[in-house]
Formats: sequence, C-alpha cells, structure tokens
Amino acid sequence: MAEFIYPKLIGAKIRSQLAYRASFAVDFVSQVLAQCYELIVILVLFSQVDALGGFSRDEVLLMYAFAGAAFGVADLFAGQLDNLPTYIRTGSFDVLLMRPLRVLPQIMCSDIRLRRIGRITSAVGVMIYALTHVPIDWSPAKILLTVLTPVAGAVIYSAVWVVACSVCFWIVEGREFANAVTYGSNAFTSYPINVYSRPLRWVMAYVVPGAFVAYYPSLALLGKEDPLGLPGWVGWTSPLVAALAAGVAGLVWRFAVRHYRGTGS
Amino acid sequence: MLAGATTNVVFGLLRLAIISAAVTAAHGEIADYDIAATNTYVWIGQGLLGFVLLWGNNELAERVRSGDVVVDLYRPWHLQGALLAQDVGRGGYALLTRLAPPMVFGMLLFPFQFPENPARWPLFLLSATIALVISFGVRFLVELSAFWLLDNRGLYGFWNVSSGLLCGLTVPIAFFPEWARNALWASPFPALLQAPIDVFLGHGNVVKLLLYQAFWAAAILAIGHFALQRAVRKVVVQGG
Repeated sequence: MAEFIYPKLIGAKIRSQLAYRASFAVDFVSQVLAQCYELIVILVLFSQVDALGGFSRDEVLLMYAFAGAAFGVADLFAGQLDNLPTYIRTGSFDVLLMRPLRVLPQIMCSDIRLRRIGRITSAVGVMIYALTHVPIDWSPAKILLTVLTPVAGAVIYSAVWVVACSVCFWIVEGREFANAVTYGSNAFTSYPINVYSRPLRWVMAYVVPGAFVAYYPSLALLGKEDPLGLPGWVGWTSPLVAALAAGVAGLVWRFAVRHYRGTGS
Repeated sequence: MLAGATTNVVFGLLRLAIISAAVTAAHGEIADYDIAATNTYVWIGQGLLGFVLLWGNNELAERVRSGDVVVDLYRPWHLQGALLAQDVGRGGYALLTRLAPPMVFGMLLFPFQFPENPARWPLFLLSATIALVISFGVRFLVELSAFWLLDNRGLYGFWNVSSGLLCGLTVPIAFFPEWARNALWASPFPALLQAPIDVFLGHGNVVKLLLYQAFWAAAILAIGHFALQRAVRKVVVQGG
C-alpha cells in the first residue's frame, strides 16, 4: 500500500506549493541568492589571496559546489525533520505513530520544499564551471566519482540530519543544537578542511563525516595529496561512508523513537 | 539558551577559521585585519547578531495577516514607538545574555584586540545601541509590508538570507572591492553590524561612523512612521 501512498502525498505537497506562484517564485529566488551569497564570500576572499589552505579559487569552488548540491538534495528530503521538535512538543508525533506507515518516511514526505531546487540549481551551475576550470585527468572512474559524490554527500547530510534531530526526543529545544550540526556542516564542508583548527576538524570532519562530502572526493578528482596526510584512496570511500552513516542514523532513529513517550494531552 | 549559544559558537568558529586562513595566506594582514582583529571582529559580530536581533520573528506581520493587529492599533500609543521601546528593553537583557558571552569567549580563548583608548568602550555601546534601533527599523519595515503583500514571508526570507553579507557579518566589508565597499557604505546595512565593530576596532573615524548611523536611524524610523500612517488607512475593521 505504502508505495502508492507516498507518490500521492508528495504530489499533493508539490501541487500545493505551486498554487501560489508569486510566493513560490520569491522563495525560489531567495534560495538561489542564499547559495550565491556563499559564492560571493569565496570570491571576496580570493580577491585578497591566491590560495586558501593551499587550494586555488577554482578548487575551493569545486568543494563548495559539491557541498552545496549535496546539502540542497538532503534539505529537500530531510530538512522537514526541523519540524520534529514541534511535532513532539505539541503531541502530533503520536498521530504519525498511529498511522500504518513508517514514521521517518512520513516526516520526509510531509513537506518536500520545492524551492530548495533553487539551491541545487545554482550549486550545479558552479560545479559545471569548476569542473571545466580545474585540471582533472579524466578517466571513466573519475566521471563515476563526480556523479556519485553529490549523491553520497546528500546521504551523509541526511544521516547527520536524522541523528541530530533525534536529540530532540530528549531535549525539547533541541532544534538549535541540530542546526549547529546540519547547517554548520554545510558551511564547514564548503572549504578545504585543513583551514580549521584541530578540535573543530575532528568533530565536523570525522565524527560528523563532513570531510567525505566534498573535501576527499575533490582531492581524488584533482589527484592532489592530502595536506593532512591521509592516503589517496580515501577520496573514493565516500559512498561507503554514506552507507555507514545511513546505517548508524537508522539505528539511532529507532532507538530514539522507541524511547519516545507521549506528552499526553 | 544553551543550544542557541552552542550554535552561535560553532558558526563563529567556522567563520573565524576561514577568515583567519585568508589573513594568514595574505601574510598576516588584509585591510587592517590581522589575526587579533579578525578574532575580535568575529566574536563581536556573533554577539551583535543577537543584540541587534538581525533576524526577527515576523510576529507583527503574522498579526497583520490574522487581523490581530487591530488590537495593537486600538491602544492609545504610537505602535512604532511602543514596539521600539519593547525592542530596546529586549536589548538590555540581550546585552548580558547575547552580546557579552561570545565576546568574553573570544577574549579568553583567542588573541583579542582591546581598544587602545578606554573611551572606545562607551562609544561602542552607543554605536551598538544605534545599530539596534536601525535593526528594529528595518525589521519593522519588512513586517509592515504585510499590510500590502498580506503574505510577506518571501520578503522576510529575502532579508534573512541577504542581511548577513550586506551588514558585514559573514566577511568584513573592508575585504570587498572598492566599488562594492562604496555601494554598501552608501546603504544603511553596514550600520547594523560593521559600524559598531569598526568603532571597537578603531577602524575609520568614530565621529563619522556615529553620524552615519544616526542619520540612518532617523531616516529609517521616519520611513517606518510614514509607512505606518499609510498602512493604517487601509485597515478595515469588520464587526466587533
């Protein structure tokens, strides 16, 4: 039954957003702009310097574009989890539990925000620019890596989102905590990770596997040595890391839902 | 509270790392920003963000949409003045809970550029307070647009994504190319964040900065006043 319901739910959400065309257009443009502002920051910094952490402007743009596209896709599907604290506080989470469907997919389909496509569009635009301007020794494997990187990145971000929002089952105002990790890791992964201080890098690059969204795949594509000393094959492991992150997220989510107690009414 | 502070610190650390990396790559200084000035800039910025309340909650606009605003307009007060008084009161509390903590955090953990002249401290507070008034004025205008747009969430979102860059939160305005710098300083936006930070760091002329802020505070409050007058004429109360 479920396979028939989800397309219908998603379709209804999409139609409802397209009903107010002007409002949708403004939202869409805001998202394109939001992504462009991050681009402007990179361009402003590179108007002052030639390299950041040993990476040229176009190389940083490649990382920024991978991160932006992956985050946009993750936001499209997992961004709705930001509403979880409201569901829990108001008790409407009980309604989700009562329905004969899995809870996580229900939340993910509850509000597919099409305007996020604005973010993805501008990121893909920058990606095309960067890929044609950085020196890459193309091979079939590298083409596959280029296609897989944003997908793996989106899975990693989504997993981060699920784990971070699971905190909300224990902390009522957990949303801001979660934002530090979700939106924070988007900001983090847009730059080469060797610019960050060691503690920040440990948390945001390896505990939260942000380094595998854009940094290591970009190194592999560019054929560059990691200034932090990890071997070259690490750049090819992002899909594995994504699968692992998704597995961990699934376990954490189940654990969290099992410990949910309704607030009563 | 704690959650908000964590987020604030995480974003501060991220911004700090990136700008510091650029400053280091430029042999220790970009446009009067060395490492200590960069640290100071970032942590004052993270504090001012909550003090001037760059991103509001769009509450007035929601009241316009729902019609509850009629109750606000009934009351024997000037709506803009009353809300401004409320916001300044909020600022008094935010001074201790939002502005001071990130600044102290920056002072304790990183090289910090303290003002050479102690008179800079009260001047910084004055500048930050004017910034709060301008921030209120801009938010008031954005919310007031709901009288014409009914659904102002597009404009509200637009302000939320744009303000960080325009006000000098994400990257110091001094880093921009000259034409962009001139354009920004001709607008009210740097008055919200960059101006108080410049007063603290001793970048530019203090008197000029304060006059620039005072001009925009007066201008934006005046525009808000007239916009409110126009908006009230559109209000129709149906029934009781």
